[in-house]
Amino acid sequence: MSAVRTLGIGTLMHAKHLSRSSFEIALALIIPLVQATLAVYLFRAGDEPHRLLEAAVGAGLMGVWSSVLFGSGGAIQNQRWQGTLEMIMLAPRRPVLVVLPITAATALTGTYALLATLLWGRLIYGIRLDFAHPLRFLAAALACVAGLGMFGLLLASTFVLIRNANALANPLDYPIWLLSGMLVPISVLPSWTAPIAAVLPTTWGARALREATSGGPVWPSIGICLAISTACLILGAFLLTSFERRARAAGTLALS
Amino acid sequence: MDSEYAIEAEGLRRVYRTRTGWIRPRRETVEAVRGVDLTVRRGELFGLLGPNGAGKTTTIKMLNTLLIPTAGTARIRGFDVVRETREVRRRIGYVFGGDRGLYDRLSALDNLRYFAELYAVPAREQRHRIAELLELVGLTGRERERVEGYSRGMRQRLHIARGLLHRPEVLFLDEPSIGVDPVAARELRRTVADLAANGTTVLLTTHYMAEADELCDRIAVIADGRIQALGTPAQLRRRADGRRVVEVEAYGVPATALTALRDLPGVRETALEERGALQLLTVQSDAGVDVQGDVLRELAGVRLGRVNSREPTLEDAYVAIVNAA
Ligand SMILES: Nc1ncnc2c1ncn2[C@@H]1O[C@H](COP(=O)(O)OP(=O)(O)OP(=O)(O)O)[C@@H](O)[C@H]1O
Ligand SMILES: [Mg+2]
Repeated sequence: MSAVRTLGIGTLMHAKHLSRSSFEIALALIIPLVQATLAVYLFRAGDEPHRLLEAAVGAGLMGVWSSVLFGSGGAIQNQRWQGTLEMIMLAPRRPVLVVLPITAATALTGTYALLATLLWGRLIYGIRLDFAHPLRFLAAALACVAGLGMFGLLLASTFVLIRNANALANPLDYPIWLLSGMLVPISVLPSWTAPIAAVLPTTWGARALREATSGGPVWPSIGICLAISTACLILGAFLLTSFERRARAAGTLALS
Repeated sequence: MDSEYAIEAEGLRRVYRTRTGWIRPRRETVEAVRGVDLTVRRGELFGLLGPNGAGKTTTIKMLNTLLIPTAGTARIRGFDVVRETREVRRRIGYVFGGDRGLYDRLSALDNLRYFAELYAVPAREQRHRIAELLELVGLTGRERERVEGYSRGMRQRLHIARGLLHRPEVLFLDEPSIGVDPVAARELRRTVADLAANGTTVLLTTHYMAEADELCDRIAVIADGRIQALGTPAQLRRRADGRRVVEVEAYGVPATALTALRDLPGVRETALEERGALQLLTVQSDAGVDVQGDVLRELAGVRLGRVNSREPTLEDAYVAIVNAA
């Protein structure tokens, strides 16, 4: 119970801290607008109204993904730069309990991109927000945020182990959109991508959102998304513990 | 497990391996701490003094679990800092000097809320504890402002409040008074003394000798990664017994004059400290020998200010110990 409280308060505080960064604010204002536009112009050709909404949702999810990729990938390095890494690692807690709130916060602030994309889509392009299953859409969105937060932990813990990991984030941004079918259906991609897509939690999250938008079972996709994310969480927690140990041995918790 | 000692260290060593250069990386090793033994009793206020780069921060970080020692062992309240990390962390607080290490875009209150939760302060005590600490460090009324708008000293006081949130039994203070104004520094000293009086063990590093002299039960002087002297302030001061100190204010003492001074009969130590445009030259000599005349003769041609002769202080003893290292 106390762990849940710690996660909750930690996520809230990190989300607050993140959302007050002027860089983040600038991005948050511009990106959803671009994404809504992208969604509309890529899919205006199709006449089905649902396709447009689907595209807007997919574009919004891309925003969540970017926030998680860049925020979580650089989470530990950012804490190091701020000089807070030592202070949070000094807590008498498992490292996962300390870092998960940070990556969850990047997913939470990323949700803003999803909402804003839908809003811009509605206001500027008149996309009608009639979801096939509004409540399931909400559940799917929550699952996406939770799942991406957990997936973010795996990113955070692998990226610290790699030198110049920031350079790695850029080339990952775009392929994952594509592979997970956020923008175009996976069925149009070459078949060798299918196994990769199948193990990405983003694929199942995107699918759950799409099913809730245009009709479909939703729950199985949510379930698979959360299951894969939980596996990522466990693996990430394991890697973090070994990172902590190594960083204490190498003296790299602080900038020197 | 209960131990009479709050801190025990045996043969602590720490080597840093660094890589420098991009094109042709060179590996370098720095031996920051080369065998430190110390024990600190419960409730004791222990000072760690030493010049820049002596290994004070490194020693503290090995004791507070942030660094794994290259060799040697350490225990906090009987718990091993490498094997029983979580038990150690529950019992320690860490405050370091400087203005980093806080969440700048959060308020002081949010910073404290976050760390209270992280450091496992029971939920129903948090609010009261935070209010109490804000009062203690004099930030009440400003707690809802973002930390990015805080002055250096205010940040430092927030650091201190954070370090105390979970009522640590052992407190590590690494230059806690850096950037703190004189009045606040005096309050900080009183706070630290009160904590120790109430049973908290404190390990303090500082560059202010008067602070160490006033606060510490015992002091270790560390230089080159080794403890060079250890004792009560009175015992350390006695190292300079039988000496006399001449202080000269000067402008532009040439290096040659400084070496010449060192070779004067009876002279034990010389130190030159820059104070803005002014330099403060300190010459320690055997008490039996009056070196003032000789010193002034060597400084002929140098513009001088006040000259005075006095009894040695803890600082002079410290200089003697560090110079001998
Ligand atoms: N992370 C690090 N990597 C490499 N070398 C380091 C690192 N941290 C400290 N050192 C080196 O170890 C030595 C001891 O440093 P340390 O910070 O412990 O000194 P200190 O006594 O705290 O000094 P100061 O009074 O300046 O704070 C120095 O030579 C320093 O350059
Ligand atoms: Mg230091």
